[in-house]
Amino acid sequence: MLKYVIKRILLMIMTFFVITTMCFILIKMLPLPAIKEMGRDVQLVLERREAMGYNKPILVQYALFWKHILFYGDFGIGEQMYTGQEVAKIMLQKMPYTVVVNLYSILAAIPLGIMFGIYAALKKNKWQDHVISTAVMVFISVPSYVYAFLVQYFLCFKFGWFSLTVASRAEADFFSWTMFKSMLPAVIALGFGTVSGLTRFTRAELAEVLTGEYLLLARTKGLTRSQAVVRHALRNAMVPILPMILSEFIGILGGSLIIEKIFSIPGIGALYINAINLRDYNFFMALTMFYTLIGLVGGLVTDLSYGFIDPRIKMGER
Amino acid sequence: MSENPMNMNIPADKLKLARRGDKITDKKLETKPVGYFRDAMRRFRKNKSSVVAAIIILCLLLFAFVVPMISHYNVDFRDGYYKTVLPKCEALSFLGWDGCKVQKEGQSGFDYYTSIGYEFGESSVKELVKKYSDKNTGRLIYEIDVDSYDRVGFIYADLSDEEYFELQSYQTDNNIQVIYPMPDNYKTQFVAVNGANLWYQLADENKTSSGESKFHDDDGNPIFKPNYKTSKKQVYAKYTSLRLADDNGGEDGQSWYVYAIKNQTGYRVRLHYKEYYRFKNGFYATHLFGTNQHGQDILSCLAAGARLSFLLAISVSLINFIIGVVYGSVEGYYGGATDLIMERISDILASVPFTVVAILFNLHLASKVGPILSLLFAFVLTGWIGIASRVRTQFYRFKGQEYVLAARTLGASDRRLIFRHILPNSLGTIITGTILIIPGVIFSESILSYLGIINLQTSSLTSIGTMLADGNAFLSSFPHIIMFPALFISLLEISFNLFGNGLRDAFNPSLRGADE
Repeated sequence: MLKYVIKRILLMIMTFFVITTMCFILIKMLPLPAIKEMGRDVQLVLERREAMGYNKPILVQYALFWKHILFYGDFGIGEQMYTGQEVAKIMLQKMPYTVVVNLYSILAAIPLGIMFGIYAALKKNKWQDHVISTAVMVFISVPSYVYAFLVQYFLCFKFGWFSLTVASRAEADFFSWTMFKSMLPAVIALGFGTVSGLTRFTRAELAEVLTGEYLLLARTKGLTRSQAVVRHALRNAMVPILPMILSEFIGILGGSLIIEKIFSIPGIGALYINAINLRDYNFFMALTMFYTLIGLVGGLVTDLSYGFIDPRIKMGER
Repeated sequence: MSENPMNMNIPADKLKLARRGDKITDKKLETKPVGYFRDAMRRFRKNKSSVVAAIIILCLLLFAFVVPMISHYNVDFRDGYYKTVLPKCEALSFLGWDGCKVQKEGQSGFDYYTSIGYEFGESSVKELVKKYSDKNTGRLIYEIDVDSYDRVGFIYADLSDEEYFELQSYQTDNNIQVIYPMPDNYKTQFVAVNGANLWYQLADENKTSSGESKFHDDDGNPIFKPNYKTSKKQVYAKYTSLRLADDNGGEDGQSWYVYAIKNQTGYRVRLHYKEYYRFKNGFYATHLFGTNQHGQDILSCLAAGARLSFLLAISVSLINFIIGVVYGSVEGYYGGATDLIMERISDILASVPFTVVAILFNLHLASKVGPILSLLFAFVLTGWIGIASRVRTQFYRFKGQEYVLAARTLGASDRRLIFRHILPNSLGTIITGTILIIPGVIFSESILSYLGIINLQTSSLTSIGTMLADGNAFLSSFPHIIMFPALFISLLEISFNLFGNGLRDAFNPSLRGADE
């Protein structure tokens, strides 16, 4: 088991390293953004680029890049945006917005999704199940930005319940009511997808488990239906559901680019889009590494968690 | 002697053999054999929701390819005056699809909108919904239903000599008044409107008995008095075409209305925009889905964007199909070290976030091969992995089976084994996977172009994501701009989801007879 985990982690690091290398080289091959804005001293920018090693060969730059990260935790400084400020520091500043919005959303979505899923599975092939399944089918297919537009139009414009933008940090604390309320439209828009995904998954898993013969045995033994469902069926159905929830939790770090853009949340996704549009390669590189890492870690944790949750699953054996 | 005792008493002349000389063989099957695809088709047809979804997808495809051919408009078409007009469909106007919108106006606003229609003899205010006085200020508030196409009313335009005379002969030939007289300067409290519409003066000679000015009749309707610029002679510009009824053209010593003023470049005239639009384009403006803030027809833009998305998605899925099948077959068939190395490569590619791929391709290639091709490459770079892993699994399942071994013993080549013997078994799942790439590509493309990461917008091209971004800016005031693209993509995704479910079940022979 431990050997398998270590093997997987090493493989992950290798994959991460390869992707980072490719991205770094591809980014460095791009022409640097022109220095044309007013009020920027061309000489100064050129000197700064020289000092940051932009004129060295790409491989030398790459070695320096890792050296700075590993020894000083330095991801470079902003060039086109947040000029002169540390990339890592800005990212850490932006992170809480993304995390808080997504945290609210999945904290609300997980219980709802599981509840709907269990209910639909218990009422399988009855009208309740059909209603829930149809709704899930619709909600899972419709793109998340469509909900975002609907929420924005009806809740923010038509009824005027919420403000359009998220409260700034100066106005309110991250876990205050004001902040929560200003984030609510985004939370709702994010929640639709999670709830419907989880409902479908839970329903499918539980419905399959419920047909198992050991459940019949449990009932024959004299357990009530609810006892049989809660103690036997649900526990088994949770085996694939928990890893899914776990990966949702890792996913909250990354957030959703489009939702952050629509609701103008100053989070990490908005930072990424800005970095792309303004061609700030240091930010772009750091954020690319960040997103790649989240994806890799999410996948790895999901895979490994099966083995920890269900002792019957032996990892790494054929 | 072995005689059958049972037949001993049959007389010889009565004995007849039932079939003499016939060979008794199995009867040929009278039913037609059911092949793999026919069987899948039959099962697919049983699934009603999937069939409906397939029909909807076909309709959307038809929409995307037929509308640009039959529409009056295209993406290039931009009208500077009919911006953000509402959806209008003459045949369905009773459903509220009439291009009208209820708006609140004060007295002068009400006068203004009434006056537009008054001048050309149609009613631009379709309906007075409600009239009440505001509780706080006591001012009269009108809720009026205004046709968004009539809001423009009149415009000032500078025509070239040629166009000016052409328009005059058009007027004379068709008996349609397009050029209206110029109004005199007139100050009104109603600001921020198109000045060309202020042709009137409220008739202050309609005095009440007590001598007060009376601008409105007893029902509150404004009494208009034309306030046109007049001149005794035709000093401004030569005008020989239709005149308004009350302009008797200088006879009995009266003044002429001034229809045009000559300036350096040509003629400055005041035009009834609806008719002028028809003069220019040959038809009246009706936009089935309305227009956006650039004056583009949403219907045509949507069809053009959808066509681009479909073409992109279909080519991506075809290319991915080919790459995925070849890659997966080689992986699965040869196994061992080949498999290990190839699997590592696809693992690494699959771990790169798609946004990063799209951005890097866009930055590197868009200037060389154009944004559409670079996006296509980005989709292809990682899109085939899913299909390849499906194919690989299928190969692991089938390659050890006896019929494959038999074929190999008979001397079949690797290529023949792969493509004739093993691959057809897994065709069903591969086809399902390939088709389900299409909605994914359309969705990703719309997100990327919405975020502005890639820009597919040119003068004659648009994409659904760009339309969504356009609409989002006007979400509060003109929700129709975003409604149609959002509706289109929602319908498309739902249909593909249902269609995909049906396909998956249909190509799964283990479900054969499950519901019967």
